[in-house]
Amino acid sequence: MNVKYMFSLIAVIVLILIAYVGVEAAGLQVLFGIIIPYLAILTFIVGFAYRVMDWARSPVPFRIPSTCGQQKSLPWIKHDKIENPFTAGGVIVRMFFEILFFRSLFRNTRCGLDKGTKITYIWEKWLWLAALAFHYSFLTVLIRHLRFFLEPVPVCLQWLENVDSFFQVGLPGLYLSGAVLLAAVTFLFLRRIYLPQVRYISLASDFFPLFLIISIAITGILMRYFTKVDVVGVKELAMGLATLHPTIPDGIGSLFYVHLFLVSVLFVYFPFSKLMHMGGVFLSPTRNLPNNTRAERHINPWNPSVKVHTYKEYEDDFREKMIEAGLPVEKES
Amino acid sequence: MSELPKSDEYFSNIDFTPPKTGWMDTPTVIRDGMFCFAAKPKSVKTLDLPYAREWNPKHDDWKLPENWKEIIYEGMRDRLDRFRTFKIFMDICVRCGACADKCHFFIGTGDPKNMPVLRAELIRSVYRNDFTTFGKMFGKLGGARKLTFDVLREWWYYFFQCSECRRCSIFCPYGIDTAEITIIGRELLNLLGLNIDWIATPVSHCYMTGNHMGIQPQAFVDMMDFFVDEIEVCTGIRVKPTLNKKGADILFVTPSGDIFGDPGTYTCMGYMILFHYLKEKYGLEITWSTYASEGGNFGFFTANEVMKRLNAKMYAEAKRLGVKWILGGECGHMWRVIHQYMGTMNGPADFLEEPVNPITGTKFENAKSTKMVHIVEFTSDLIKHGKLDLDPRRNDHLKVTFHDSCNPARGMGFFEEPRYVIKNVCNNFYDMPVNCIKEQTFCCGSGSGLNASEDMELRLAGGLPRANAVKYVNDKHGVNMLACICAIDRAVLPPLMGYWVPEVDVTGIHEMVANALIIPGEKEKTVNLRAEEIPDKESDPDGYYVRPAFSGR
Repeated sequence: MNVKYMFSLIAVIVLILIAYVGVEAAGLQVLFGIIIPYLAILTFIVGFAYRVMDWARSPVPFRIPSTCGQQKSLPWIKHDKIENPFTAGGVIVRMFFEILFFRSLFRNTRCGLDKGTKITYIWEKWLWLAALAFHYSFLTVLIRHLRFFLEPVPVCLQWLENVDSFFQVGLPGLYLSGAVLLAAVTFLFLRRIYLPQVRYISLASDFFPLFLIISIAITGILMRYFTKVDVVGVKELAMGLATLHPTIPDGIGSLFYVHLFLVSVLFVYFPFSKLMHMGGVFLSPTRNLPNNTRAERHINPWNPSVKVHTYKEYEDDFREKMIEAGLPVEKES
Repeated sequence: MSELPKSDEYFSNIDFTPPKTGWMDTPTVIRDGMFCFAAKPKSVKTLDLPYAREWNPKHDDWKLPENWKEIIYEGMRDRLDRFRTFKIFMDICVRCGACADKCHFFIGTGDPKNMPVLRAELIRSVYRNDFTTFGKMFGKLGGARKLTFDVLREWWYYFFQCSECRRCSIFCPYGIDTAEITIIGRELLNLLGLNIDWIATPVSHCYMTGNHMGIQPQAFVDMMDFFVDEIEVCTGIRVKPTLNKKGADILFVTPSGDIFGDPGTYTCMGYMILFHYLKEKYGLEITWSTYASEGGNFGFFTANEVMKRLNAKMYAEAKRLGVKWILGGECGHMWRVIHQYMGTMNGPADFLEEPVNPITGTKFENAKSTKMVHIVEFTSDLIKHGKLDLDPRRNDHLKVTFHDSCNPARGMGFFEEPRYVIKNVCNNFYDMPVNCIKEQTFCCGSGSGLNASEDMELRLAGGLPRANAVKYVNDKHGVNMLACICAIDRAVLPPLMGYWVPEVDVTGIHEMVANALIIPGEKEKTVNLRAEEIPDKESDPDGYYVRPAFSGR
């Protein structure tokens, strides 16, 4: 088992060293500050779009939603419009809860074997909570970073920052999102290590993004609270990238380039990996279709024509016996 | 399945701890009691499916065609292009593990390859190797592996240890449906002629004689006649079932298993009594068919084309007989096929009318395209409108719980209709705990064609979570009857209960309906369809009645 996370851990350490040495010893600021970020963004956008279009290219031959509530049937039976949607509107609400609140994950329970006599299903919402905390804090961090790319900084970003730094601890204000992100991603990592079943199914590609994100969060936190990176310089570089007039200002520490490089790696890695669940969740046919196949015919574009055993052939096989048993037949002999 | 330990001993030996070796390095051993026999060549040949031959899963030589790897590779490529589900489900799993302990086969065996996520990884690993850049670059470290004979064996073993129940899929944050993966896995195996006989032979029977059991038309009539006699003994009424009748109002199709084996036969008699009642009282004519005498569809467990070939008979027969619409009996996967596939595959059924209940005037809006109504929808509509004279006290000796069959539960959302009918035909109903019913219901352990006898250990292990929930209501409320709306359930739950909860018996809902139904002209009923005495209210004033041992098995 060790080899899987050790490989991923070493891979991330090597990436950190590459950026550090590249900037510190070889002076490759242009490479790490301009070329790689541009390539990364390009790879991300093209790759993401390609993957989604590739999925969409395959048809959905059958309408097979998993139903999690009462179907629409007789008028006096209460229909569960969200968990078992009958209309596109119902599907939108179902997807809303699925995507924004991880509805299915919220169902989670843990199975236990109680002294070999009873099976128990224990309330288990930690995975749901950690997943929600992780995704929302990551989103907040991402949005917060827009301040580097926008001038003037929009007022809504200011609000977000004010809320995020609600717990002011000296200066600069402590961002809640950063702390939650690090805590949640660490929980997800520890879960992979300590739960025997999850450890058993985990691949190197499950650990790699975790280490990557942990490292991104740590380098970010280090820059903000400890090494005090030159924020003005960073903003100048970011604005340069955003306005397509890239520059490399002097005096930004190499920690920043490590941070930026790891983010670039994450962007490049994204479309090739399981992180594509971000796009896939929208397209999953068991969730994004209404359960109304008996009321509205679903069309399969490749519906095959098949050979069937017709009634005529059947009667030919059994005519004598059918007549003898008193069954009506089409042809008497 | 000769030497199974006692149930409590079996239970205490279940261990969820995964082995020390990684799953790719843990060889699969095909173990007796856990697998079904190979398909007989004759059955494979009937439908002109490829590579019909004698082979044995336990041998090292499966007599595969020379280019079998190429066939699988092409088969996967083709299905990635035809099924968005397959493509997305191969790509987006994050291995969060939420599904891991949701599978009844995992809970009952502790075998990590029965965790839904690993079952999918068995095929996903080959997908990565053959179809993704990262898989090609990083190999085993990237979770990829080459397709070898051992991998194929592993696929075969574990895709026939999944009952396509979809319980895991409702817990998956992306809706990854292991049933879909298993279905496609089995399609791939069928490209090499690697079906199991318990599926292939019923499929071939169904194709030629109209039903899985291979009952020929005259034998079908004989069995109906036998039921007519039985019903007369119990009710004093001689019912006259209609067969293959042109111009009937409605065609009725139900699984042939109910014609064949107890306790399904009682459900079948239940249908016959209900139809007699509706004809006498309301003049409604419902016909059975010997050509379309199978509701179930083991083609669904073979390949989607085979499913279509078997399913086509229902519409063909409805058209030939000129009925208005089709009524479907109590069955699980039959209803998944009808509800989610039939209209798409064999529709549009524009030669039929939009289904209306002629007795109540209710339009079945939810079935207006496929034009098939579930008999429990139909009966609950009749009850709601007061069209059935029922005496639920006749079922007072029963304390009933209800097993939601996987397919109507997670493929339709069929929860309240059956409960409504049960509560109207018997007075004591107790649901099992919430984690084990409705959308979270547990499989009987024998679905998707795994209800053979040679894999009995697998079935009893897979059925443990269901049985354990039944035991809970048996302990708590004295439940003695497990009701269900599935022919496979009726066939497999009796041995499952026999092993885990012997106090509990199994029934279809329409058996209870018929026992409660007051038929015009009936004699004073003293026995029910099982020839058991109906409890006498006066000698049992508290309504407490211990059910006599059932001898019908």
